Amino acid sequence: MRVKPEDREFTSVATLDPGPDKVIGPGHDYGSVTDEIGGVVFRPFLKTPRQMFIGFAFAFLLVNLLMIAVTWLFVRGVGVWGIDMPVAWGFAIVNFVWWIGIGHAGTLISAILLLLKQDWRTSINRFSEAMTLFAVACAGMFPILHLGRPWLAYWLLPYPNTMWMWPQPRSPLIWDVFAVSTYATVSLLFWFTGLIPDFATMRDKAGNPTARKIFGTLAMGWRNSAKHWARYQKAYLLLAGLSTPLVVSVHSVVSFDFAVAIVPGWHTTIFPPYFVAGAIYSGFAMVLTLAIPVRRWYHLEDLITMRHIECMSKVMLGTGLIVAYGYAMEAFMAWYSGGQFERYAFVNRMWAGGYWWTYWVLILCNILIPQALWSRRVRMSIPAVFVIALVVNVGMWLERFVIVVTSLTRDYVPSSWGMYYPTIWDWSTYLGTIGVFLALMFLFIRVLPAISIFEMREVVHHTGKEPTHVHGD
Amino acid sequence: MFTETKVSGQVENLYGIMAEFNDPESLLDAANLARLEGYREMDAYAPMPVEGLAEAIGFRSNWVERLVFVGGVCGATGGFMLCWWITVVAYPHNVAGRPLNSWPAYVPITFEVMVLIACITAVVGMLLLNGLPQPYHPVFNVERFARASRDRFFLCIEASDPKFEPAATRQFLARLNPQEVMDVAL
Repeated sequence: MRVKPEDREFTSVATLDPGPDKVIGPGHDYGSVTDEIGGVVFRPFLKTPRQMFIGFAFAFLLVNLLMIAVTWLFVRGVGVWGIDMPVAWGFAIVNFVWWIGIGHAGTLISAILLLLKQDWRTSINRFSEAMTLFAVACAGMFPILHLGRPWLAYWLLPYPNTMWMWPQPRSPLIWDVFAVSTYATVSLLFWFTGLIPDFATMRDKAGNPTARKIFGTLAMGWRNSAKHWARYQKAYLLLAGLSTPLVVSVHSVVSFDFAVAIVPGWHTTIFPPYFVAGAIYSGFAMVLTLAIPVRRWYHLEDLITMRHIECMSKVMLGTGLIVAYGYAMEAFMAWYSGGQFERYAFVNRMWAGGYWWTYWVLILCNILIPQALWSRRVRMSIPAVFVIALVVNVGMWLERFVIVVTSLTRDYVPSSWGMYYPTIWDWSTYLGTIGVFLALMFLFIRVLPAISIFEMREVVHHTGKEPTHVHGD
Repeated sequence: MFTETKVSGQVENLYGIMAEFNDPESLLDAANLARLEGYREMDAYAPMPVEGLAEAIGFRSNWVERLVFVGGVCGATGGFMLCWWITVVAYPHNVAGRPLNSWPAYVPITFEVMVLIACITAVVGMLLLNGLPQPYHPVFNVERFARASRDRFFLCIEASDPKFEPAATRQFLARLNPQEVMDVAL
């Protein structure tokens, strides 16, 4: 049974998962959701779940690995990576696309599902918006590190300069600069705007004067006035409406980096939709990877319920099928077009090239294993969903590897074919960004409300029409 | 059911008089009744958006969407002009005689800049129209008001209302069956 909401912040009593039909556990009222979510932040430092400390320590170790890898990169240049001609785009671009893709689920959950009025979006949207933000931060690092002279990254921006040079606005690489920086800014705005009313809640709830000052500053004097809410809701809805085409455009533009080039295996019109679907696929896998442990550590099973997990599994299954269709069409068009080079690119990808096995592992991870999600028993099993989500994360990373690396190893001129072998610095940089991502997620969950409190009150208002206990004082 | 309503300590310099309710429906009813009674200068406070509450206190505004529209148009124009200016005026390149004004290639940047400016306008516009950031507001002088961000609902009739008269307003609010009626010091 549930304990009194006031006690929750200090207890770790198992909470009740209401099962796959409900988005919120029984017995919640406005106060209890506020306390449960706020309690995570106001827990005394030493009462933080042990797993959070271990997780953060592990992530922080990886952050240090990144520091070392990047320092070495700055000292010696991109030659420390395994990249060379013909494979000049190695891990850096694979990781860039992977991270950006992961971010997309956050925007999908916060914007598109808001417009579609999906009630299960509410307790995971804040969390996945933060995921978007941190994933984009990791993604943004890679093209800059890959520049060779990263300290000149600002040359990518159109600004008046003494060289009288301008970036080329017809190039997908410059579209990328605009798309990714817009995406990062809008994701930040969306996330911060969502947090303002919750900052006000935290301000009013904080016992510690320093916390009250910090949250008070961030809340900027928000006072829950109906006039504020009216403008707020309009602004929020407009942000959602603008983010929806934005998220589609960002991964389309990322896919143009490949599709506009003439490399066989890249030059494909199916890339934009198939990249967008793949992005959402990997992003939902990452939300599940993060949400499953966190809901357990902080006993949030009554707010992130089986319904959330099942819905996310279904989205994963659906987008996974779109991705499978993309693979099939790529292969079909390679054969049907009759293009010699395109056809060879596929023979190379599937069995003739040195990376043939990555293609089959990718098919296994992205297409075959996730089919288990058709079974309701699998969707209802937390360990199974968690493992499948991890498998999809790996599979989507391999997809980008296959696209970027395999296509480059053998293009038109056999005399300039060559293999790419990642070095320890490639791996360190990649693992390092995973560390940055996880460390930021751990910090976020610890210091900010990881579930949107005011939106959960709306859920209480809409679902809890039956009288819950109104505790007078 | 009518319960005895506490009317707490009266103050000299009034910002307004506030009534506290337990649920959004009571607040909505109270706001509607206050409007019928002839009060105009008032505000309602709720821990989440309540449908119809802004209309109930007589608030109408469509400035956010107008501003966002203007922001979007400016962003799109700016994004397009930037591309055009770079490729046609500042740094023209003759690529096999293709036209300098290659507008289809400008579409992605035009779109991204439009979204960027529109989103910034939405957030900054919303905050400024709401008068935020605002370091001080009288409603926070009421101690119980901290629960407006938790589980309580408040209606405040402000002293600037022409019909405001402390004793009468206090009585009117007490008749709405609130938890408590409180004076808000300026």
